[in-house]
Amino acid sequence: MASKLCAVIDYGMGNLHSAHGALQNASPDTQVLVTGDPEVILKADHVVLPGVGAIRDCMAEIHAQGIDAVVREVAATKPLLGICVGLQAMMERSQENGGVDGLGLFRGEVQYFGDDLQEQGERLKVPHMGWNQVSQIAHPLWTGIEDQTRFYFVHSYRVQATNDEQVKGRCHYGVDFAAAMGQDNVFAVQFHPEKSHNAGLALLKNFLNWDGQA
Amino acid sequence: MALAKRIIPCLDVDKGRVVKGVNFVGIRDAGDPVEIAKRYNDQGADEITFLDITASHEGRDTTVHMVEAIAEQVFIPLTVGGGIREIADIRNMLNAGADKVSINSAAVYNPDFVRAAADKFGSQCIVVAIDAKQVDDHWEIFTHGGRKPTGINAVEWAAKMADFGAGEILLTSMDRDGVKTGFDLGVTKAISDAVNIPVIASGGVGNLDHLVDGVKLGGADAVLAASIFHFGEYTVQQAKEHMAAAGIEMRI
Repeated sequence: MASKLCAVIDYGMGNLHSAHGALQNASPDTQVLVTGDPEVILKADHVVLPGVGAIRDCMAEIHAQGIDAVVREVAATKPLLGICVGLQAMMERSQENGGVDGLGLFRGEVQYFGDDLQEQGERLKVPHMGWNQVSQIAHPLWTGIEDQTRFYFVHSYRVQATNDEQVKGRCHYGVDFAAAMGQDNVFAVQFHPEKSHNAGLALLKNFLNWDGQA
Repeated sequence: MALAKRIIPCLDVDKGRVVKGVNFVGIRDAGDPVEIAKRYNDQGADEITFLDITASHEGRDTTVHMVEAIAEQVFIPLTVGGGIREIADIRNMLNAGADKVSINSAAVYNPDFVRAAADKFGSQCIVVAIDAKQVDDHWEIFTHGGRKPTGINAVEWAAKMADFGAGEILLTSMDRDGVKTGFDLGVTKAISDAVNIPVIASGGVGNLDHLVDGVKLGGADAVLAASIFHFGEYTVQQAKEHMAAAGIEMRI
């Protein structure tokens, strides 16, 4: 049997070395490719949309390279995983950079944590950086991962979902926000599974074994 | 539910080997960086930081290969500092698998480098390292491993670096580095209060209570230590359990 193919979409935003390495480690039998080639992406069994940095730059590259059409086609046909700004790009809109439209695969907006974020009188720093607990909402990608397990986050903007049914994981940092979103064969996380030690590798393995049925 | 404070083992690396000096002299060899990084990863380290103290250009290529080898096996955030002077240095380290770079002297000589780096790669991967020493009633920035004074006020400098786009501050007390008497809590608290980005306390850890003090009294978001872990005095796991028992939110 030919090995399965996983495409990590490269649209010029940052280092995909760790996403590639973690996926490969999670599933040694899968062929993991970092690529911007639409043909390869559409041929893959599983597709990952990563993203780092500012949403304006990410969306600009996504549009400039025609990745938006590719992602929409993937979203309609096969398992797709968004990571960090990859999740934010899947929302309807972000407040960052004066307002940027996203792909609209999920309902809701990306909002700034704020400069006066507090928890019981204690000031919270922004970015939200480090290991925080995720309250899981039943989904195949959480299989074998204990509820409230900590994952590694780095972000200053957070997802405010407007369709609760799409929220598959919640986190709290001064405010509640969506840490994972899911709809049909699309799943996306705010944290970095590729940097979240064993729990992250388990989630990536679940994704590569996922047939896209929620 | 809350964000955990972080423990970051630090590996000083010279030509691909982990070393640790006491007050930056009297270097002892502590082992193979890939093995040590894996050990800390298995013990539950929240991140790992490498400070490259290699002087030569050829030696730096060794560091790049070392980062590549570690990134293939260790799936927690990796930071590389030491000798980061140009955009190309940052790109090399990120391409090798580092998640963040730590900028020290280059920020002092050219603060706009921090702004350019944050614009190019995002604040999330730009750490500004500050080496501070107490001078009379305040703290000043020193460069060249603590030998060269700059006359810059460390607290004001930290605030400026945050404005310039730094995503995190790595604060080392040069008075304390390697002497195991605990963090300089005064400068840690002053800088932590002055900026709205995370602060990593470094320099002086000799026992596990020092880590607790760094968070509780110094207000640090993360604590960095080297020798207490390298020579097997404590495991990272023991350190985390000790901090959790003191009431600090940790990832156990």
